[in-house]
Amino acid sequence: MFNRILIANRGEIAVRVIRACREMGIESVAVYSDVDRRALHVRKADFCEHLGPAQASESYLNIPKILEAARRSGAEAIHPGYGFLSENAGFARACRDAGIVFIGPSPESMEMMGSKTKARQQMKKANVPFVPGTDTGLKSAEEALAVAESIGYPVMLKASAGGGGKGMRMVTTPAELASALASAQSEAQRSFGDSEVYIEKFIQDPRHVEMQIFGDTQGNVIYLAERECSVQRRHQKVLEEAPCSFVDPDMRRRMGEIAVRVGKAANYCNAGTVEFLVDAKKNFYFLEMNTRLQVEHPVTEMVTGIDLVQLQIRVAAGEPLPIKQDEIVLRGHAMELRVYAEDPDNNFFPSPGRITRIISPSGPGIRRDSGMYEGWVVPLDYDPLLAKLIAYGEDRPQVINRLRRALVEYFIGGIKTNISLFRRILLHPDFQAGRVDTGFLDRLLKEPPVGDARTARRTPIVALAAAIFAQQPPPGSQPARNQDGLHATSPRTAAPASNGTTKPGGWKAAARTEGVGK
Amino acid sequence: MKYEVLIDGNLHQVDLERADKGYQCTVDGEPFALNVVMTARDVLSIIHEGRHYEAKREYSLLGETHIIIGSERFGAEVRDPRSLRSRRAAAGAEAGPAKIIAPMPGKIVRLIVAEGDEVEAGQGLVVVEAMKMQNEIKATKKGKVTKIAVKEASAVNAGDLLAIVE
Repeated sequence: MFNRILIANRGEIAVRVIRACREMGIESVAVYSDVDRRALHVRKADFCEHLGPAQASESYLNIPKILEAARRSGAEAIHPGYGFLSENAGFARACRDAGIVFIGPSPESMEMMGSKTKARQQMKKANVPFVPGTDTGLKSAEEALAVAESIGYPVMLKASAGGGGKGMRMVTTPAELASALASAQSEAQRSFGDSEVYIEKFIQDPRHVEMQIFGDTQGNVIYLAERECSVQRRHQKVLEEAPCSFVDPDMRRRMGEIAVRVGKAANYCNAGTVEFLVDAKKNFYFLEMNTRLQVEHPVTEMVTGIDLVQLQIRVAAGEPLPIKQDEIVLRGHAMELRVYAEDPDNNFFPSPGRITRIISPSGPGIRRDSGMYEGWVVPLDYDPLLAKLIAYGEDRPQVINRLRRALVEYFIGGIKTNISLFRRILLHPDFQAGRVDTGFLDRLLKEPPVGDARTARRTPIVALAAAIFAQQPPPGSQPARNQDGLHATSPRTAAPASNGTTKPGGWKAAARTEGVGK
Repeated sequence: MKYEVLIDGNLHQVDLERADKGYQCTVDGEPFALNVVMTARDVLSIIHEGRHYEAKREYSLLGETHIIIGSERFGAEVRDPRSLRSRRAAAGAEAGPAKIIAPMPGKIVRLIVAEGDEVEAGQGLVVVEAMKMQNEIKATKKGKVTKIAVKEASAVNAGDLLAIVE
């Protein structure tokens, strides 16, 4: 087993890997950019290595700097997390060449599966059903137009190296195609360092169901459980659960066996995910394979009882899988909510800034994987994922009730988050009935929010609370924070000053002189 | 102390007076006796007729305030009739030039329109990238773009002027 592992990532996933390391008695090495010196993963790690400027290409995407950090810190293995270099075969190869173990699949498997176009070529050979489209990158807008014409609109443009909804565009008419292709290519270049984009037919409102697989260096490949990931916005998953209520045991077995076939075709080792689109008739099509740990891995951990990150580390160290396919038993239900720093009332614009308050939920069945803490400033340079709220229970209704309860407890102040959105999702009759597809969230967002009986009762209390808050000194008027980040005490009666919009001080004066609100 | 509070678009008249252990107040003329403690900044614990409410306050980057009770969120604006914002709202948002401002800090990745262009309400003007996402900032009214205040690749802060449409 390794003595020391470097985590080439940041945020909640870096914290997740550090926790696994600590549980296994392995020392962890965090890496950080200029804006991440105060980040939670740096605070949790045993060793820390500075990489460079905030820009990912100068820090978390910079292979020479990360390898140098590994050498300096004496790390024997690197865990790439998800995103950044996790699906970069060049990085996996550079690790191997440097004599450092990459905790993930071989660069050869990644090249085959990591490129969506090469994966489609392989699936054709292995006779795995996939969505119609090209299995090579688009050379020109003319080629895109011709292919789109033959498979029929609407079509989907996708980055070959893609993931997380980046470099993806849905196109409904030929007129939009050229500009959509250009912007998808430029976003792909920026996000993945590879501008290759391919095209496939857009399937209207399918379900997005994925199968977790795991391979070891002895050639064993197993499937663990499927995850339902249909609740998405702009192709970004928002809520995931396991198991999927639409998948029956027979379908699970068939999907799992195809996923294992995909994995074996790629000589796959370590954790991987085979994504499927599922239509209303339970037909499923191979979409792509993610050659890394997924953001939503905790829901699989909850229902299988397997710590996937620890298993990744054991398999990377050469241990065989400790379980056989027929020993895997799914128990209960799990759901994950992705908490993003974005404003659901304002077009989901990103909302970086200082977190002034965190009140965390706890209690039965609640797990929180977080990369933030009170007082931390969310940088604008990276992905807006702040934390994941995960619930486990006997069955799906219990999990929904647990999450609804946990959301009442959960509060993040100072920045806007999408927490309020989850209340709407969890209360929605379609969601409660398990009727979700990739169009579900967009449809929900078009519906006017409905209040319940409590809304009317709460409204005067809200008005009073707003007025009481307005009498308190706003954050801007507090004495400046000290260099060490500790807050100086301030009298509650301190004269309020402007916070940019409302001036309680001026307000009082105005109320007195003008007698407003009579 | 009298306040005008706008909750999700509805105006409420609030009169707030300190009393023993809290406040003696009225909302739209109806009396409320509240026992209130501030348990942390932006967190109030309120007891009204034996029922407990935890009220939390959050701000958007543009200074809009939300009050959260339970997991339910309310837009809440305590109005100051002397503030620029209220005066502008009173003058009517449709009249005069519309200032298009950055809703979040980020980098300008693309200018979609040029000065002098005629645009429709809702048409994209500039693309701002923040947190790895590109966000199209749209015109709030129909009219002519009289000013583009930013350049491609320049950095902006929340509230910075991007363009003027009139």
